[in-house]
Amino acid sequence: MPLDTKTPIPTSFRVVGTRPLRPDGIDKVTGRARFGADMWAPGMLVGRILRSPHAHARIRKIDISKAQALEGVKAVVTRADFKAQDGDLADILDNVMAGKKALYDGHAVAAVAAVSAAVARKALSLIEVDYEILPHVTDVDEAMKPGAPLLHDGMITAGVEPAPTKPSNVTRRHEFGHGDVEKGFKKADIVVEREFKTEATHQGYIEPHACLATLSPDGVAELWVCTQGHFMVRAVCAGLLGIDISKLRVTASEIGGGFGGKTTVFIEPVALALSRKANRPVKIVMSRDEVFRATGPTSSASMRVKIGVTKDGRITAADGEFRYQGGAYAGSPVEFGAMSAFACYDLENVRAVGYDVVCNRPKQAAYRAPGAPISAFAVESVIDELAKKLGMDAIDFRIKNAAKPGTKSSYGPTYGEIGLITTLEEAKKHPHWKAPVKPGQARSMACGFWFNFGGQTCVSLNINVDGTCTLAVGTPDIGGSRASMSLMAAEELGIPYESVRAIVADTSSLGYNDVTDGSRTTFATGMATIFAARDAIKKLCGRAAQIWGIPEDAVVWEKGYARPSGANAGSFEPLSLADIAKSSGNTGGPIAGHTEYNAEGAGVSFATHIVDAEVDKETGRTTITRYTVLQDAGKAVHPSYVEGQFQGGAVQGIGWALNEEYIYGKDGRLQNAGFLDYRIPVASDLPMIDTKIIEIPNKGHPYGVRGVGETSIVPPLAAIANAVSAAAGVRLTQLPMSPPKVLKAIEEGARKGH
Amino acid sequence: MSQVHVTAKINGDTTEYLCEPDETLLDVLRNRLGLTGAKEGCGTGDCGACSVTLDGRLVCSCLVLGAEANGREVRTIEGMAHGETLHPLQRKFLEHAALQCGICTPGFLVAAKALLDKNPDPSETEIRYWLAGNLCRCTGYDKIVRAVQDAAAEMRKG
Ligand code: FES
Ligand code: FES
Repeated sequence: MPLDTKTPIPTSFRVVGTRPLRPDGIDKVTGRARFGADMWAPGMLVGRILRSPHAHARIRKIDISKAQALEGVKAVVTRADFKAQDGDLADILDNVMAGKKALYDGHAVAAVAAVSAAVARKALSLIEVDYEILPHVTDVDEAMKPGAPLLHDGMITAGVEPAPTKPSNVTRRHEFGHGDVEKGFKKADIVVEREFKTEATHQGYIEPHACLATLSPDGVAELWVCTQGHFMVRAVCAGLLGIDISKLRVTASEIGGGFGGKTTVFIEPVALALSRKANRPVKIVMSRDEVFRATGPTSSASMRVKIGVTKDGRITAADGEFRYQGGAYAGSPVEFGAMSAFACYDLENVRAVGYDVVCNRPKQAAYRAPGAPISAFAVESVIDELAKKLGMDAIDFRIKNAAKPGTKSSYGPTYGEIGLITTLEEAKKHPHWKAPVKPGQARSMACGFWFNFGGQTCVSLNINVDGTCTLAVGTPDIGGSRASMSLMAAEELGIPYESVRAIVADTSSLGYNDVTDGSRTTFATGMATIFAARDAIKKLCGRAAQIWGIPEDAVVWEKGYARPSGANAGSFEPLSLADIAKSSGNTGGPIAGHTEYNAEGAGVSFATHIVDAEVDKETGRTTITRYTVLQDAGKAVHPSYVEGQFQGGAVQGIGWALNEEYIYGKDGRLQNAGFLDYRIPVASDLPMIDTKIIEIPNKGHPYGVRGVGETSIVPPLAAIANAVSAAAGVRLTQLPMSPPKVLKAIEEGARKGH
Repeated sequence: MSQVHVTAKINGDTTEYLCEPDETLLDVLRNRLGLTGAKEGCGTGDCGACSVTLDGRLVCSCLVLGAEANGREVRTIEGMAHGETLHPLQRKFLEHAALQCGICTPGFLVAAKALLDKNPDPSETEIRYWLAGNLCRCTGYDKIVRAVQDAAAEMRKG
């Protein structure tokens, strides 16, 4: 690539780091922004999905004849309407529309398209499904036991030598680490070992999944959808429906939250299949109940963590076993959970073993730093207990063992410039850590790590004749990324922020882009934006050279102007971007910059969170009274939105730690599929969330950017568990720490004489 | 089912529509009148994304029937700005970056306006309790609460 990736990271910026209004702001505060469910098409039908009421059942027969005969019904589809698949697509298809078995309560089994919602509902009630109910399992430890009901015949655990001979619900074993753990424990003076459990939580975005699909008999299709990755949607849907990828144009609507939960398809292929059969546009909008029952929560988990230290506070060995259930299909985030579990520490001897387990629950989907908050909860709880046993300050103990530049990480690579110790030192200095703890409350803290990602990225930057720019990116904007992209383009071009308009292009207008996930957008799309701007600058300089009649390499770009440079360049008045753009028609036509690449060099990031908690010992209810996030952003492109990510992540963590959980009945059905019973934090549950942005530049990005969206949810579970344990006077090892659980722990602690 | 004929004042304009007797006001606004600013996050009154005012009172439009609006006054997010001029709450939400994805924003703005109409000088706790019926999954509420405080202060100055 002719683009210069190796320019030094600027130490000062003109617009990056400021807090301008976001380009989509007015649309969003006036109600004009169009989200998934806000689209309409002529002749549009209403699509609805029939879902299994059983946790595990064989589908003997589906009779759709009565539904099909109902007036106003234009199409009914079942699994038979999809192309058979193998490989990765096989599970995706089976999740989208059940085949031989329904594997969880809420699993889609059929769908209708009708002229109205009322007719569609009636039609669903006329579909007859003959189920043979099978024994089910929803708990990870139960699912691993010999004799547990098996979800998939012939599932042999991968990653085990020699390969097991019997099928089980364990899909894969992972192992990471280095050194000799047994030897390390022998050197320890104190060893703490504990078992932990966490429950599944849902991403809980406020916008239910929605899409509008049109598929004509000639295979030409359009899809409007709220998604984190419309190119992914295109690839998967084209595969499932057996249509050409080039004939399917996917437009990403505004997206009302995702947090990883909109990185997969659920209703989109169904809407397309219905549209194909009815030859009319079909809109499907999930109800909240469907969102809970049939889209991805994260994993629940069962874990064991053991850490040994010497008397002077040095960790000698760390060992963990992480068992994550990821719902009905393989692919829980246990690999990331195990990799990141001990990533905050500089360890000589470390081992993390992960088991990926299937259960009769909806297939998990990514949730912000997938897998990491769960294992961090277990590890940071044990670290907290060790600090207490050693009589050391929690932060000092961590600083003593913290990963630093040059540390070999627990999952393999060696760290470059990282900011964990800085977050810890800043935490120690922070007024929150220094303030006296209020009576009846307890304070604690925890650290967290996330990898961050790069990935396939493509950006176009078009220079308009009036000197403004249109930046087309292919990563849906969830939290204000268009503002960040405009800032980076404006910075590089040397023009005002207001002169750049970033849009999210549809799949037919731009090259392939990976999903908005893994905290990759500001990093990877941002880097692509900067490179596209540099590409445009090269062309702008070329045009100036042409106007002046001097060689191209005698022109430099400075602060938005082309200037002649060097001894033989001659002297000319600088030309602004607008000047060059204005005459572009006479100098060779439109000017644009492009980048297509696979981004690497996403810097890992770390955070430290401090929490004050109060536990009502009569009811077991916890109140968070003060909260502070300190996190390394590399470079905060738009600090307000970086703070917003920190605050949002912390509050999701508070919900996960204290309240949120998937509750299953004995019948294997989800009992709390609504926001009344699955309660996410509300404004009155919370204090302000204080933030401190730390900026240790990431050398892999021209401006030093690291991802920020995910790390912020890694420490809260542990930080809160540590504070609640201190306040309750007993170690809490199960999430959520809902009032009954806390009360029970306090009572048991009292009995044991704690 | 025969449809009900309704005459209501919506954002100041007299509006007539037909709706099913069991159809919610939210569905009427979104599907019949094209006012998609109110969002459906839950359909059960638990998220506040569908907040509108009915005769000045804050309601979840998913819990009100379209027919119930007959003869009454409905205000939605679409009626909040005056021409080019945003309501101070709208402006402060932008300035404070009090939205990330923005799906909850219309509901929060309508709810916050209803609060400030009643109580121009709410405390932080009052704001938090008033807005407890509106869920936001992105922001952690910090910036929303600050935006409301700031808008209230500016509006008190007149
Ligand atoms: S949609 Fe009405 S309260 Fe959630
Ligand atoms: S900004 Fe996304 S739910 Fe509030």
